[in-house]
Formats: sequence, structure tokens, C-alpha cells
Amino acid sequence: MAEIIVVTSGKGGVGKTTTSASVACGLARRGKKVAVIDFDIGLRNLDLIMGCERRVVYDFVNVIQGDCTLKQALIKDKRIDSLFVLAASQTRDKEALSMEGVRKVFDELIADGFEYIICDSPAGIEKGAHLAMYYADRAIVVVNPEVSSVRDSDRILGLLSSKTQKAEKGDGKVQEHLLLTRYSPRRVATGEMMSVGDVKEILGLDVIGVIPESPDVLSASNAGTPVILNEQSDVSKAYEDSVARLLGDTLPLRFLDEPKKGFLARMFGG
Amino acid sequence: MGLLAFFRRAQPTANVAKERLRIIVAQERTTRGGPDYLPTLRRELLEVIRKYINVDPDAVQMNLEKEDGHEVLEFTVALPEKSKA
Repeated sequence: MAEIIVVTSGKGGVGKTTTSASVACGLARRGKKVAVIDFDIGLRNLDLIMGCERRVVYDFVNVIQGDCTLKQALIKDKRIDSLFVLAASQTRDKEALSMEGVRKVFDELIADGFEYIICDSPAGIEKGAHLAMYYADRAIVVVNPEVSSVRDSDRILGLLSSKTQKAEKGDGKVQEHLLLTRYSPRRVATGEMMSVGDVKEILGLDVIGVIPESPDVLSASNAGTPVILNEQSDVSKAYEDSVARLLGDTLPLRFLDEPKKGFLARMFGG
Repeated sequence: MGLLAFFRRAQPTANVAKERLRIIVAQERTTRGGPDYLPTLRRELLEVIRKYINVDPDAVQMNLEKEDGHEVLEFTVALPEKSKA
């Protein structure tokens, strides 16, 4: 049975697209057939993070409006065989996405043997965000350890428990997970940043991953290579762990402590 | 961390963030799922009350509770200590 996972947050710029790309790659590398869909109509960006921006011919809205088949619009990843990207449309008409249209695309993906559908939600709580979460079985709520992001995440949790198909039909509950990004163990240690425990306590949700703050994220997006594929990076390891937990593994959280530095490095920077 | 930054440490403000969030999140959760007019109702009621009593914006608490079959909308107004009304 296919699983629909929405990556959402409310607030912009916290790492939804980075997370969608890396989680999709991680699942596909484990042999799962994965489609990752950009729901940010008018502000397409997943294609850039995935590195396939020059191969976009048709998009999500084209499929819904019948301008092309789903097969024509799915962009096959060049690195991983079982990974496909569906780009957002650059149209300014946000009404172009419809509930029935989205359902039709999902049904066709499922009939085609896709095991995971990752929905990269736009920021905000408007139509695109609503549609991205509506059919979800699970939600990854991306949050930075920072006040506005945490508050917006709580707002999104409220919507997940009321404005989704599962909630409306009383058909169980969307399974919710927290994923902390831009986590700085050093700043947590000095009391400048809220800890995983703090955020978890406020939002009352299990944590599926903690991604450390790292320059590797920018390098990866510059290059169009999802950061999970940079295996040297702690960010990659943290995303790999998150994907394993998504699949049911129990792993301890890593990268919560500041790497030990020598006295000189501490005094003179490094 | 350079030499200067070593002596000029940032303020530990995470506690403040956590405390503020704890309060606002709890408050927003009480009106969640309720009718959309609740925040407006709360604001307008506060305006009326403040015509007579100088209360804090925080002094008005609103709670919507669902008990089997019926809903109870509860207002609590904490009056200032030396209220002359």
C-alpha cells in the first residue's frame, strides 16, 4: 500500500524542500518507488534542489488540466532509478490545483506502483498547503528551534488534525512527526537556542530527526544535489537516520552534542 | 569562536523563548477548532470591559469546552487588585 507523506511547516525557509528532496532520495535509495511533488504553485523550487530544472517540460497543473499524461510530466532522477519528480507549475493562478485533480494524480501514481508520494508543501496555510496535506497518511513537520517557527508548526498541527481527509472522515489520524533543522548543538549548550527536548515538550510530538546547522546544505542546493547524497556530511547521516526511523527503525538521535575542540581552536576560531 | 567572541558571550535566551512559547501555544490551542469569530469576540469584549475597568489584555481568558452534546464558552476576567470599578 502506498503512503502519502506531506512535508510541511507553516513558516517559510525552514527546510521543507531540502527535507522533501533528501527524504525522497533516502527512500528511493532503499529500493522504494518514490514520487516527490512540488505543491508550491507559482514558486517552483524543488526542481532546482533536485537538479532537474532544465528537464521540466510538463508540470503538476498540466497533468491535472489534461495537457499531458502523468508519465510525460514525471521527471526520472538521473542518480536513482526509482525516484521521480513532479514539478510545480509557474502559473500565477493558484486555483489551477483542485482537490479532485490531486486525488486523480495520486490514484494514478498508486496504480502505477509508487510506494511513497512525498508532497513538498508551500509555506503558509493557503490552498496549496491545504491540498498538500489533505490526503496525507503521515506528516513531517519541519521546525527550526526558533519562536516563530515553533508557533507556526503548532498552527499546522491544528490544521492536520482538522482539515485533512482523515480528520474530516473520522478515518484515523495523520501520523505526525517533528523534524528539527538548523540545529546548533553549540548554541544549545550555551543556552542561546532551544533544545530538541524544549521543542518536543512545547509541541508534544515525537522527533523523527534532528538535522545539524551546516554549510553543506547551501553547497548541496548550489549544486542541485540533494544533501543526503553528500555522504561525508553529518547532515546526510542525520537525514539517513530520519528515513530509517520513518521506515520503523529505532535509532538514537545523533549530532546533539558539540564536537569537542582543542583549547587553541576554541580561542582562535576554527 | 574567535578571541573577542569568547569574552563577549551571547545572552542565554532559550529559556525565555521556551516560556513565551509555552504560554502562547497553550492559549492558541484553547481556541483551536472553535468558530472563527472567537478571537474577534474576545477583542471586542475586552474593549467593552476596558471602558469601565482598566484590565490587562492578558486578564481576559476564554475557553471553549465541549461536553457531551453541548458546548460551554467560558470567560474569565481577572480584575486589577486595587480596582475602584
